[in-house]
Amino acid sequence: MTDNIKTDENVIKTNNIKFVQGNEACVEGALYAGINFFAGYPITPSTEIAELLSKRLPEKGGKFIQMEDEIASMCAIIGASLTGHKVMTATSGPGFSLKQEALGYACMAEIPCVVVDVQRGGPSTGNPTHVSQGDIYQARWGTHGDHAIIALTASNHQDVFEITVDAFNLAETYRTPVILLFDEVIGHMREKLVIPEQGKLPIVDRLRTSVKKGVDYHPYLPREDGRLPMSDFGGEHRYNVTGLFHDMWGFPSNNPKVVRELLHHLIDKIDNNAHAITRYKEHYLEGAEYVLISYGSSARSAIHLAKNRRERGEKVGVLELQSIWPFPEALVREKCANAKAVIVVEMNMGQVMKEVKACVDNPSKVFLANRIDNKLITPTNIKTLLRMIQGRGV
Amino acid sequence: MARLKLKEHLINRDWCKGCNICVHFCPKHVLELDSEEKVVAVRPEDCICCRLCELRCPDLAIEVITEQSDHDATSTSEDAVNTSEQDD
Amino acid sequence: MAIKDYIRQRYFPQMWCPGCGHGTILNALLRAVDELGLDKNSIVMTSGIGCSARISGYVDFHSLHTLHGRALAFATGVKLSKPELKLLVPMGDGDALAIGGNHFIHAARRNIDITAIIMNNRIYGMTGGQYSPLSGPGKKASTAPYTTIDNQFDVVNLSIAAGASFVARSTTYHVLECVDILKRAIQHKGFSVVEILSQCPTHYGRKNKEGDAVQMLEFQKKTTAKLGSKALENDPTLIPRGVFVDIDAPEYCEEYDKIMKRAMKETLQKEPLKNFGNQANQTCDMA
Ligand SMILES: Cc1ncc(C[n+]2csc(CCOP(=O)(O)OP(=O)(O)O)c2C)c(N)n1
Ligand code: SF4
Ligand code: SF4
Ligand code: SF4
Repeated sequence: MTDNIKTDENVIKTNNIKFVQGNEACVEGALYAGINFFAGYPITPSTEIAELLSKRLPEKGGKFIQMEDEIASMCAIIGASLTGHKVMTATSGPGFSLKQEALGYACMAEIPCVVVDVQRGGPSTGNPTHVSQGDIYQARWGTHGDHAIIALTASNHQDVFEITVDAFNLAETYRTPVILLFDEVIGHMREKLVIPEQGKLPIVDRLRTSVKKGVDYHPYLPREDGRLPMSDFGGEHRYNVTGLFHDMWGFPSNNPKVVRELLHHLIDKIDNNAHAITRYKEHYLEGAEYVLISYGSSARSAIHLAKNRRERGEKVGVLELQSIWPFPEALVREKCANAKAVIVVEMNMGQVMKEVKACVDNPSKVFLANRIDNKLITPTNIKTLLRMIQGRGV
Repeated sequence: MARLKLKEHLINRDWCKGCNICVHFCPKHVLELDSEEKVVAVRPEDCICCRLCELRCPDLAIEVITEQSDHDATSTSEDAVNTSEQDD
Repeated sequence: MAIKDYIRQRYFPQMWCPGCGHGTILNALLRAVDELGLDKNSIVMTSGIGCSARISGYVDFHSLHTLHGRALAFATGVKLSKPELKLLVPMGDGDALAIGGNHFIHAARRNIDITAIIMNNRIYGMTGGQYSPLSGPGKKASTAPYTTIDNQFDVVNLSIAAGASFVARSTTYHVLECVDILKRAIQHKGFSVVEILSQCPTHYGRKNKEGDAVQMLEFQKKTTAKLGSKALENDPTLIPRGVFVDIDAPEYCEEYDKIMKRAMKETLQKEPLKNFGNQANQTCDMA
C-alpha cells in the first residue's frame, strides 16, 4: 500500500479509487458530469445522495437546497435548469410519486434534468430499507398524459457512475428529464469505484442558441436534427415556458395542428432515437440457449448464475439492460431470437417481463424469476426456475 | 409642479372590454361607453389628467396623453397621487 | 419606457373577463417595474395555474408558467441558481395558499429574495367559482351552495408568522398605493409579500351579490382603510391596508454564498492533506 504513495502521479491515481456506496458513485458521476444544482428531500434509501451533495456542491461553487418536499425539489431543479445549470434530484418510491406532476412538466416544457429513484418496497411506505424494483412502470407512466421518457439503470458502482454521467448527457441532448432507476441494494452496497480522469468520458454541455440579441428566438422550434438550442433565463432572449400546449414561442396554444405536432415532437425525439439511447451489457450471451434478462441489483445474481452454469457447460447468458425506457425492443427481440427460453429476473411482479413478452417472437417462452419479499433475488432462486424450464426438476 | 395639459385619450378599442371601471371612477365624468360598449372621452375639456382611468384599466386600453412629456417615469404615479380622489 | 414596452402585445387583448381585477394588478406591476427602471432581462416572472397565473404570459420578461401551487418552488430554483435575477411571483389565492400553502410558508421562512404577489379574489376563478382558503365563512361558491363554513387565512399575519421580511396589503381600487407598495416590495431584499384584494366579477361577484366590477371596487373602497388612519381607528372591522412589516433580515442566497465561501476555504485547506496525508492511505486501504 505505502509503496503506492511514492510519486505524485500515484497519489492522484489512488485518490481516484474509492470504496463507496452506490449512492456515492451516483454523486461522483453527477459531479463528473458537471452538476451544479441539487434540490432534494430526505428519503431512505436515497438520502446519502443529498447528504453528500450538500457537502460537495458548495465546495465547487454549486448550490444545494433541501426543500420542503419532493414536489418542491422537482420544481426547484426545473427552475435552476432554466438558468443554465445541470441539475438533479434524488428520491425513492413515495417521493417519486410526489414528483410525477412536475416530471410531466419537465417533459412538456423540455427541461434537461436528472431524477434519481433509488427503489424500495412499495406501494405506499412499503419498506424503506429493503430492496424492490417496483417502480419500472411508474417511471414510464407515473405522470399523466402521453409522453416519452428515458430511464436508465446499473448493476455495479462503476456502471452507476458512468450511467449517471450518461443520464446528464442524454438530458442535455434530448432536452428531457432522465430517470435513474437504482435500487436499495445498489444504493447502499459498498464496492470499488475508480473515478476516470476528466475528459475520459464524454460530457454533453448545454446547447445554447446562436441567435443574436434582437433576433426572434424560438425556444420551441426544433432544428433540423431535432434538437432545440436553449437560452438561459437572465440572458438576452425573453421567452415563455409553460406546461400548457404551446407554440414555438412557448406561448399557450389550442390550435389542433400545434398541439398534434408538439406531442409528436415530444414522443418522436425519444422514440425515434431509441437505438441511440439503448444501453446494455452482454454476459456469456454468445450462443446462449437460455437468456436471462435482468437489470440493477438482480442482474448481479443473474450474472453469477450464468457464470456458474457456463462453468458446467450449460449455455446460459445474461442480457443486462441499462436502459429500460424507451424499452429496447429491437435489442431484446434480436438477443432472444434463438433462445429456448427467456427468463426475466426482477424484483417485482413482472413489469419488465411484460415488455419482453410484447416484443419477442414467441411470448410463451418468456418466464419470470422474481422475488417480492424485500429480499434480493439469489442465484439459487433463479436456478430453481431454470432447472424446471430445462425439465430437470429442482 | 407644472399642471399637465391633456392632449388626448388614446383608446385601444380592440383591447377595451367595456367594463366601465374608468367611466365610473373618473372624478370629472370625462368618459362614457358608446353603443359598442367601448370607452370614449366625451368631455375631454374637463379632464384633470389624474390618470386614474389609465392606471385602473385592467386591459391597458386607455392612455392619457399630456402635453408635457413624462419621460421622467416616476412623475407618472406621483402626479396622479397629488390629484387623486382616493379615499383616506 | 411606455407601459406597452413591457408587454407581449401580440397576445392582447388578454384573456381575463371584463373588469377582472387581475388586469389591474398587471397594470400596477408594470408601472412599478417601469418606475424602478428595471432591466427586462433581469426579471423572471414565475406563476402557477389559475386565471391569475396567466399574467406571466403577457409580460415581456423571462416568464415561467408552472403548476398549480408550485410557482414559489420553481422560483426558488431560479433564484438560488442565479441570485442576480429579480423574481416576481404573482399567484391566485388558491394557488398561493391552498395547494401552494406549504411552499408559501417555507419560502417566507427562508427569506429568499422573491416578491410574492397574492392576487386575492377570494375564489377559484379559473375552475368556475369554488371557495378558496381566503373566501371566509358565509360566502357562496359553486362548491358551497349553502355558504362556506371554512375560516380564511389572514395573509398578512400568516406571512409575518412564517418569516417574510416585507408584508403589505392593498387593493385594485387603490391602484396608486398598489404601485407604490409593489415598488417597495420589489426593492426589498428578502421575501416580500403583497396581498392585493382583487375582484372576480364573473364568479365571486355574481354568486355573492356584490355586483359588477365597479360595485366590487366600491366595496373594496368601503371595507378597507389605511394603516394608522382615523377610519381604521373608528372601525376596526375594516381591513387594514399598507405596509405591515419591512425589516432587514438575512437573505437566503446571501447566506448560501457564505456557506460556499466556507466550503471552498475548507477544501483548500484540506487538499494538501488529502494528497500526502492519511486520507489517501485510508482510501486505498479500503479499496
Ligand atoms: C394539481 C392541480 N389541481 C387542480 C387544478 C385545477 N385548478 C386550476 S386553477 C385552480 C384554482 C384557481 O384559483 P386561484 O388560484 O385562486 O386563481 P384564480 O383563477 O382565482 O385567479 C384549480 C383548482 C390544477 N390545475 N392542478
Ligand atoms: S377600464 Fe379599460 S377596459 Fe374598462 S371600459 Fe375603461 S378602457 Fe375599457
Ligand atoms: S385622467 Fe382622470 S380626469 Fe382624465 S379621464 Fe382619466 S380619470 Fe378622468
Ligand atoms: S373568472 Fe374571475 S378571476 Fe377569472 S378572468 Fe374571469 S373575472 Fe377574472
